[in-house]
Formats: sequence, structure tokens, C-alpha cells
Amino acid sequence: MAMRIIARMAEICGADSLMDITGAHIDSALFQGDATLEFAERLAGLGAKVVVPTTLNVSGVDEHGWREWATPPEWAAKARRQMTAYQSMGAIPTWTCAPYQTEWKPNFGQQIAWGESNAICFANSVIGARTERYPDLMDICAAVTGRVPAVGLHLTENRAGQILMRLVDVPRRAQEDDEFYPVLGSLIGKIAQDRIPVVEGIEIVPAEDQLKALCAAAAASGAVALIHIIGVTPEALSLESAFQKKSPRQTVVITMESLRAARRELTTAAGEKLDLVVLGSPHFSLAEFKKLAPLLEGKRRHHDVQFLVTSSRLMTELADKAGCLAPLKQFGGKVTVDTCILTTPMLRQEINTLMTNSAKYAYYSPGLLNAQVVFGSLEDCVRSAIAGKVVRDESLWRE
Amino acid sequence: MERVIEGRALVDGEVEAEALVADEPLSFWGGYDQRTGEIIDRRHPLSGQVAAARVLALPASRGSSTTTAVLLEAVRSGKAPAAIVTVAVDYFFSLASIVAGEMYGKPIPIVAVAPEDFATLRTGQRIRICRDGALIVRTGAVL
Repeated sequence: MAMRIIARMAEICGADSLMDITGAHIDSALFQGDATLEFAERLAGLGAKVVVPTTLNVSGVDEHGWREWATPPEWAAKARRQMTAYQSMGAIPTWTCAPYQTEWKPNFGQQIAWGESNAICFANSVIGARTERYPDLMDICAAVTGRVPAVGLHLTENRAGQILMRLVDVPRRAQEDDEFYPVLGSLIGKIAQDRIPVVEGIEIVPAEDQLKALCAAAAASGAVALIHIIGVTPEALSLESAFQKKSPRQTVVITMESLRAARRELTTAAGEKLDLVVLGSPHFSLAEFKKLAPLLEGKRRHHDVQFLVTSSRLMTELADKAGCLAPLKQFGGKVTVDTCILTTPMLRQEINTLMTNSAKYAYYSPGLLNAQVVFGSLEDCVRSAIAGKVVRDESLWRE
Repeated sequence: MERVIEGRALVDGEVEAEALVADEPLSFWGGYDQRTGEIIDRRHPLSGQVAAARVLALPASRGSSTTTAVLLEAVRSGKAPAAIVTVAVDYFFSLASIVAGEMYGKPIPIVAVAPEDFATLRTGQRIRICRDGALIVRTGAVL
């Protein structure tokens, strides 16, 4: 069945041939309903085994922690069955949407078949590994067969930039700020849609988590699978290399004005009211836990505002060892692992307004959770949780 | 009036239904309610419309790779569009439909058309999808 699906997809993609992959990341383990479960159990029942090292994206439930939340037991049971099915096929239970921050991170040039839009964008852009945008249900077929259609971003000639985005008068101070990257990413995705953007004008070397936020945002607001950033990403040493000596079909100027508009669009809530602060899409890293902990030290969240970090078991364990979880607990915050608020029904109906520093959460929460959302920096999120209402520092964005 | 648009059947099938058209791509994950067929991306022009049993015309899918899983679920629950027409050769919609065929014997037609043809499609038109990928569009029923 897996090979049949891959072969039909190769036909649709117009591939001349199939090619080998040496790694996979599976988004399909996410319980979406009976159909995804039936598909998983069909494959597992047929005796499917992955033939390349294969990591698992978020699942549909925090396997051991779901009882603390509003997750219905019936949902949890089915989501756990789906987790079991994928593990029985030999996939590694990483349960994270940031597999590039684990020991199974791919290498430059490595041919892989990854699912999860943010991870695809990060692997292609920041690492220079090569993956198409593998949808759920196809990623596992690639992992089981070890083969994919030889098309798209697997091939050098298809990795050339297509649209130039030039930052003009975007001060270094803004570029150094964590809040800048999800906003820039949202704007990039919106403009680029499914084209390959080349970003010129980043003057600093952004941190890994800043690039993570940028990729996640661009892959949510557009179908962006590869972003070249001149002087930052490995296939973009120069404009010439990023465009593979071709000229851009279109050039767009990005200014603080356009960034301000993109930032405004990430917020849908009008008032100051707040029910939940949520961090960690993609999953919070150790570095992010380390940044968060001192902000929480000796403080306590407002009793009306819940405070949640979504992360992987591995990062949470490391954060605990590094002493970052104790301040979070004293603050009144919680951690959920394996999954996130968008992929498991863990939040109560009363959660109407949430605040986040993640463009991906901001982008998907209104549709998936029917919630209003406020986008802000990490510091804004913490201060708001303490104040019990939305507080945002606008100084970076003032005209 | 009837006119014929040549398309490429990515996943073939025959169906006739009313069109629901937008010129913005849509992520089904966070954008399509698999239990009702409603478009729930509140930033999308079709927000609030029900696409179940209609010919949904979008330039492409967008964003999340879970779009395929949502479409498969919608097929299982009987709330999928009758067919999807795109401009791009959309791998996500095609894959979901192929798997729907494997699992439930119910693939939905996925057809790619040229951008200039796509631009002529309007919500409310009746569209017949033919097995070879041609679209028969009925417009301005009675004047």
C-alpha cells in the first residue's frame, strides 16, 4: 500500500524516477480522527516497518499528562492507540515538532522526507537538508519504502530563490529582538506563498530559536518550504548563489511599516482580557526555557490567567536538570509534552483569549480553538500573565 | 450557457456540484471543519461557507502538512468537498484523495486547471467534472 501511494504520487508530481532517502520525520502520528487512526493501524497491521531513522512529530495527546487537562478519555485512548501504531513500525518516539533540535537532526545536503511545515522549512533553510513538503499520510509511506519521487526541493535546480525580499531601514535593534522573527516570518510567508524567498538585509547572525520562529511563521502564513537568508543560511552565501545565478522574478521591499502591519495581523483580540498565556510552538527548546526562567523568578501568575509551555519530553527533562522548571512551577505555570494546544483538545471551553509569542499559535488558534489571540514578545507574555491582562511593550514598533 | 475548461485530472472521477471559489489558498488544518465541512480559517474569504458536497476551487493548499489528514477525515465523515479544483498541481489534496481511495474506496476528483481558466470560475456556478479532467461549467442559467 505504501509503495502504491508513493508510485501514484510520483506520477502526479511528474517524477522521472524515485530516489532514496536516509531519514524521515512523521507528522501522521497526530490523531485527527478515526480515519488517521484506521490508516495507522492498517499500515501497522500489514507489518509495515520504517527502513530509515524516523522521528515522530507531535501526537494527539500528552501520553502521561493528559488527565490534568480537559482532554476527553475517549480521545486520549484513540490518540494513544495511534502513537502505539507508529512506534510499532519502528519510529523513534521523539514526539516533537522541533526534531531539528534533537540528536536526529539531519545534515547539510542529506535527502530526507519530513512532515510538519515548520520542521520542513527549518531543515531545508537553516540546515540545508533536502525535503519536499511531505503531507501527513505520505511521510510514513516514504519512511516505510525509503523512497520518494525525485522532484522539487530534493533537486538542486529547484532550490533557487524565486522572489527577493529586501529589508530597508530595518534597524539592527529590531533584528536582534526575538519578537522580530515571527513577525518577519509571517510577512515572508504571506508574500511568498509557495515560492522560494530570498531575504536580504539581515545584518546579524540570528539565534537558532529565532530562525525556528521565522520558519514556523512563514510556513503557517504561506506554503513556504525553503527560505534563503543572505549571509545566514547555508545555500545563501550571496545573492548569486541563492538565486543560482538567475535573476529574481520579483523584488519586494520590507520596511518597518510592513512589519508593523504584519504584527497587527497576528492579533485578533481587541481588549485586555486574557485567559491563557501559551508558549512553545514549535516546541520550546532548552535555550528558550533558560530565557524564560529568570523572567519568572520570584513572581506568580495572576489567578485568572493560566500559563502553559508546550515542549518535548527531552527538552523538558533537560530544562528540569538545568533548574528551569522549578521557577516555572513556582510561578504557577505548567508544561505539556508530546503534543500542543492545537493538536489535542486539552483546553477548556472557557479559554476564550490567549496570548503567545508564537506566530504559529497566533495563526491557527482562531480557527482551531475558536479563540481570540494576542501576539506579543516573551517578556510581554510573562508581564501579562502577572498583570492578569494584556500588557505589550510597543517601543520596538513605534514609528 | 455551457463551456468546457480543459483540466488535468490528478485524481480522476466524475461529479457535478455547485462551485465554491476563492482566490486565496487554504490550509485544511485550522481551516476546514472535518465534521461539518465549514471553512473555519477566519482570515480566509470563504470563512463560514460550507464546502461539503461542493466543487471547491482554490489556487492551492497552504501551510500545515496536516491538511491531508483533515481531508481524509472529511471523506470518512461524508463532509468532504465533492471535488477540488486547483491551479497548482496540489500534492496535498491529491495525496489525501489517493489515500481515501485506498482506505475507503472513495477518492474525490482533484483537477488542476490553467490560471486564466481558474480566474473565470465563480461561486454558485454548476460544475461537472469529467473523468478526463475536463470541467463543464454552466453559467447564467436562465436570463
